[in-house]
Amino acid sequence: MATLAARPRQNGATTTKAVLLVGGPSRGTRFRPLSLDKPKPLFEIAGHPIIEHCLRAISKVPEIKEVYVIGYYEEDIFRSFLQDCTKIFPSLTVKYLREYEALGTAGGLYHFRDAILKGSPGRLFVLNADVCCSFPLGQMLKLFEEKNAEAVLLGTRVPEDAATNFGCIVSDPNTKQVLHYVEKPESKISNLINCGVYLFDTECIFPAIGKAYKRRADRPRLLSYPSSENLETSYIADEEDSGTNQVIRLEQDILSDLADTRQFFVLETKDFWRQIKTAGSAVPANALYLTKAFQLQSPELSKASAVILPPVFIHPTAKVDPTAKLGPNVSIGPRAKIGPGVRIKESIVLEDTEIKHDACVLYSIIGWGSKVGAWARVEGTPTPLTSHSTSIIKNGIKVQSITILGKECGVGDEVKVQNCVCLPHKELKRDVTNEVIM
Amino acid sequence: MKALILVGGFGTRLRPLTLTLPKPLVEFGNKPMIEHQIAALAEAGVTDIVLAVNYRPEIMTKELEKFEEQFGVNIEFSLEPEPLGTAGPLKLAEKTLRKDNSPILVLNSDVICDYPFKKLIEFHKSHGGEGTIIVTKVEEPSKYGVVVHKAGHSSCIDRFVEKPVEFVGNRINAGIYILNPSVIDRIELRPTSIETEVFPAMCNDEQLHSFDLEGYWMDVGQPKDFLSGTCLYLQSLNKKNPKLLVPSTEPFVYGGNVMVHPTAKIGNNCRIGPNVTIGPNVVVGDGVRIQRSVVLKGSKIKDHAWVKSTIVGWNSTIGRWARLENVTVLGDDVTIRDEIYVNGGSILPHKEIKANIDSPSIIM
Repeated sequence: MATLAARPRQNGATTTKAVLLVGGPSRGTRFRPLSLDKPKPLFEIAGHPIIEHCLRAISKVPEIKEVYVIGYYEEDIFRSFLQDCTKIFPSLTVKYLREYEALGTAGGLYHFRDAILKGSPGRLFVLNADVCCSFPLGQMLKLFEEKNAEAVLLGTRVPEDAATNFGCIVSDPNTKQVLHYVEKPESKISNLINCGVYLFDTECIFPAIGKAYKRRADRPRLLSYPSSENLETSYIADEEDSGTNQVIRLEQDILSDLADTRQFFVLETKDFWRQIKTAGSAVPANALYLTKAFQLQSPELSKASAVILPPVFIHPTAKVDPTAKLGPNVSIGPRAKIGPGVRIKESIVLEDTEIKHDACVLYSIIGWGSKVGAWARVEGTPTPLTSHSTSIIKNGIKVQSITILGKECGVGDEVKVQNCVCLPHKELKRDVTNEVIM
Repeated sequence: MKALILVGGFGTRLRPLTLTLPKPLVEFGNKPMIEHQIAALAEAGVTDIVLAVNYRPEIMTKELEKFEEQFGVNIEFSLEPEPLGTAGPLKLAEKTLRKDNSPILVLNSDVICDYPFKKLIEFHKSHGGEGTIIVTKVEEPSKYGVVVHKAGHSSCIDRFVEKPVEFVGNRINAGIYILNPSVIDRIELRPTSIETEVFPAMCNDEQLHSFDLEGYWMDVGQPKDFLSGTCLYLQSLNKKNPKLLVPSTEPFVYGGNVMVHPTAKIGNNCRIGPNVTIGPNVVVGDGVRIQRSVVLKGSKIKDHAWVKSTIVGWNSTIGRWARLENVTVLGDDVTIRDEIYVNGGSILPHKEIKANIDSPSIIM
């Protein structure tokens, strides 16, 4: 059988690099209204930008020294964050590589292969940045070595009815080998799904992408079912100009092929995992990251007390009245002002917000600089712990479960806002329920 | 002078409150509804009061004995073997009501207003007809039975028009009458209506006059109107007897018309009002906001709760940061957990509410 990586592989000391795929401004529309004012990768969850959580996991793998953030946001956007990274993660060099256009998750990798392959790293972690999980990269590495693998992906079990929204994996329960991979199938195939975290042998992944480009150029209409005649066994270095402007995605175009190599394994994590797609999904992600920090006894979190139900993150510059009751699963951003007798639960309160006395904020995100009046109630609906959806059915209508106020919104005294999404710079003076406020 | 108060049945329209207390004993402005009427009747010189009821009167006897003593009146029950409507009870209680020849005051127990009994008696005697009914001006007469006067006459009633489609007048029957004992001769002992059977006959004989009510009027037989009636009553007190209200100089009073029983405790940084009554032994925590609501005896409203247009039944507890609104009615001993939202919930006694009630519903 002709496989991608039939060539002899070098064992022994190899270096490992990591790539963080962040997408671009035209992606992440589902993260509106929050992404209208902040690129999703920099949105702060549990007190830190989404990508910082990924980088922290990467920094725990001692052999990784170089990380590339790949996306098509403008360079400026990450400049100050990357400067901060040199302090937060002194062991890492983090560089931003900007795609001139959206090339797809695999296309971006391939486009920057010279930079990535500089110094001949043997292995490459690839992380989708819109994932909230414990990133058990060490375990993936261990499985990779044990199995002498060419690719390892992280998988998790989801409820049967949710599985078809994800990439589904059929694996050999004993060997952990991936036997079959299909992205968002129409029918139920497996409830083991792709977490969007990969470890590749560099000598496997780049040829596989190259081959996908060639296949695309040769047979543009036959994307999913390549025949054996265009399978190649070596680098396709001369493929550069054949259709590089086409989008090639790891999930749709590469993984099902890799399943045929028989050197593709899955590490099933029993730990938490969520996608951060919609803005509302930031609330469960916040809860998961805070819980993790609490379990690790992070000194960043507030100490439990009669008014702090852990886990709670309060930025050192925020002012919280001692009679306010916060938690569980609450993050309070820089310079936020939380008044007397305020209650906040399962929510993200972003920087420069003001929550006035006796207000109540539940299952919500309060956007930057927003003001919530006295005795106001801003409330979302909790979604079941096992749910991967952030909308619920209320009176037969699909509504946002999490209430979100965009940047610089105002909620009047005593006003109730329930299951609403409010775009930036709106003043809410009357009670609103189950609405999107433009 | 004698009076008949038409109490009637169980007061199902005022459930879940009337699952615990008979309607006449439900507190309105921190006093049993019937006490307002007994006090006004006694004040006008009434000595004998008959309560027409068609269910167990015994649960009210103890309370009413207290009023007999307090107001120096005789109170008796007239127990209808079957509901006799609005006229039958007059016949049933004939013995007491006809013990002398003075006119009889008749009132529906659900009606609250500034009872103008003295003026009514005076007016009734002045026109010499058999009966006088109090009428009140309403904005939307098409929902009621409207009074039409005889041409050229300001008080003699010609007829009643039920729910008029075209404007015929804006005065409606307020449910308070004064009748000569002879009117009882017009009534048979059977279920019968004073409004549709007795009054039209009196109109034909030019024996029925109207008397204009000054000030507020409300039928408080159901929760929504019970709250509106409370607002009207408190507004009226503000003009006529402000000593019964908490002075606006009190820091927690917001917008006035707030009545707080002396045994109730109010926490710090509360904002209460307008139009709130708080009953005996109620405990209101810190940072609580209450408006347009009735809080009955022994209830507890915990810190930072927000309560609007709600009747909080006896001995109930509202949790911290709970929000109640839109004619929510809690029965006796109801608990609303911390942070719960209740929109128009009607909650039967002894229930604990642990999940939001997003739209009006009855919790059995």
